[in-house]
Amino acid sequence: MTNVFERIGSRVLRGCSLLGKTGLFLLESAGQCFVRPYRPRRIVEQIHFVGVKSLFVIILTASFTGMVLAIQGFHTLRKFGAEGLLGSVVALSLIRELGPVLTALMVIGRAGSAMTAEIGILRISGVIMALDAMAIEPRKFLVSPRLVGAVVAIPLLTAIFIVVGILGGGLVGVGLLGVNLGDYFGRMEQSVELADIAGGLWKSFAFAILIGWVCTWKGYNTQRGAQGVGTATTTAVVVSSVLVLVGDYILTSVLL
Amino acid sequence: MSATAPGGARGRLQELREPDGPPAIRLVDVETALLGKQVLDGVTLDIPARRITVIVGLSGAGKSVILRHMIGLTRPDSGQVLVNGTDINLLSRKGLYALRNRFGVMFQTGALFDSMTVFDNVAFPLREKTDQGEGEIRGKVERLLGLVGLPDVGGKFPDELSGGMVRRVALARAMVMDPEIIFFDEPTTGLDPIIRNSILKLVCDTWREHAFTMVMVSHDIPEVFNWCHHLVVVRAGKIAAAGPTASVLASGDPFVQQLLTGDSAGPIRLL
Repeated sequence: MTNVFERIGSRVLRGCSLLGKTGLFLLESAGQCFVRPYRPRRIVEQIHFVGVKSLFVIILTASFTGMVLAIQGFHTLRKFGAEGLLGSVVALSLIRELGPVLTALMVIGRAGSAMTAEIGILRISGVIMALDAMAIEPRKFLVSPRLVGAVVAIPLLTAIFIVVGILGGGLVGVGLLGVNLGDYFGRMEQSVELADIAGGLWKSFAFAILIGWVCTWKGYNTQRGAQGVGTATTTAVVVSSVLVLVGDYILTSVLL
Repeated sequence: MSATAPGGARGRLQELREPDGPPAIRLVDVETALLGKQVLDGVTLDIPARRITVIVGLSGAGKSVILRHMIGLTRPDSGQVLVNGTDINLLSRKGLYALRNRFGVMFQTGALFDSMTVFDNVAFPLREKTDQGEGEIRGKVERLLGLVGLPDVGGKFPDELSGGMVRRVALARAMVMDPEIIFFDEPTTGLDPIIRNSILKLVCDTWREHAFTMVMVSHDIPEVFNWCHHLVVVRAGKIAAAGPTASVLASGDPFVQQLLTGDSAGPIRLL
């Protein structure tokens, strides 16, 4: 019986220790953003990497998400004779939930995994230790720009996702299913409130911090060679995806 | 600064002189355990200023750990690591970084950025830590690449170079900030004998040119004895012998003699 309590206690202590370490890592890395020299070019490079390079996959995903939403929404709404509300359904679904969540998941797959792998390879090849030995703070050089890049790019990508999704839904709803164009956008204007948009953007902002945090942490603490990089990358993708979905539930509960 | 080379000729370092002035680095009764294993056990050691010191020993004896203590990458459980009289374990991170600005470090694998060209790798510390203009940086990097015998590879990436060339680029990067002390962690491991000796000669020539304090961890026994003034032999986390190379080579300690001669008979039994 004592052994069971010992094991539970040990795991709780390890969990607390990990939480403390990751929390300090995030705070110290974020704090490095305000330490000279600022190097804005490096941040711009990361915004380009996370944002611009993810644009194609975001537009593609968003347009098909909007189209599917339109087909599903149309057939459901038709049962109640409320096809005219299609624009509202598509817009609110995208703004409140699908936009932030799917954007986050897409960015994790495309940019988050690359962040972990890149930092992980620098760790196992000794470059991070070399940076430290050269008196160059590795977190300032490697982590802070990626955090800022994610925080700037992901909300913007979310906004693009929502707009493209609405247009995709409109293309199918108006073009193929025969919903009135005025109804599609008019009802949307009536039902979408500023709080919905703010809520969606808050979510995307929170997801951006989560993604940047988990992916850089896993990369920064990579161990045991090439296999370690693979493990760190997989873990980063799984953990950050799960945290995005859990975080979405918590934020939705708080925001609604 | 130009230093008078022991021996005079641009060959091996054969003569020995007593160190002048206080030691550049002093370890006092340093004890460190890593993952529950005692890796340094009361290490007391002086590294003379403006000399090449080589640390040798069996694998796992604690050579690289000693080097990391000198750079401040590992902190001891007890004891002092004094660099120019300053205990680096008492320094804040900012103070430690200020001290490391006076160091150059060359790691075993070079630790270059694969995504940067050779030129950018060497220029990296200057761009990160100084306000020098690109013209000034270009001049300095080109001069250093010339010094290490690689004047035409600035535009190449590290994966386009041989192992020996990568080490030479790493040496150029280690020197780019005009350090007072350069550390080498097994700079010639995995290289063939000719390239190995050319790297050691390059280190020696660099010393002749600048008279840096140099500390090198090496497995290149006996070649490395020709290229150092001072020799430290580490055995299971303790200093077995330390001093001018000739006096350590003349040591009567059977462990030191077996390590230095590579004889299979003696107190070291691996099989």
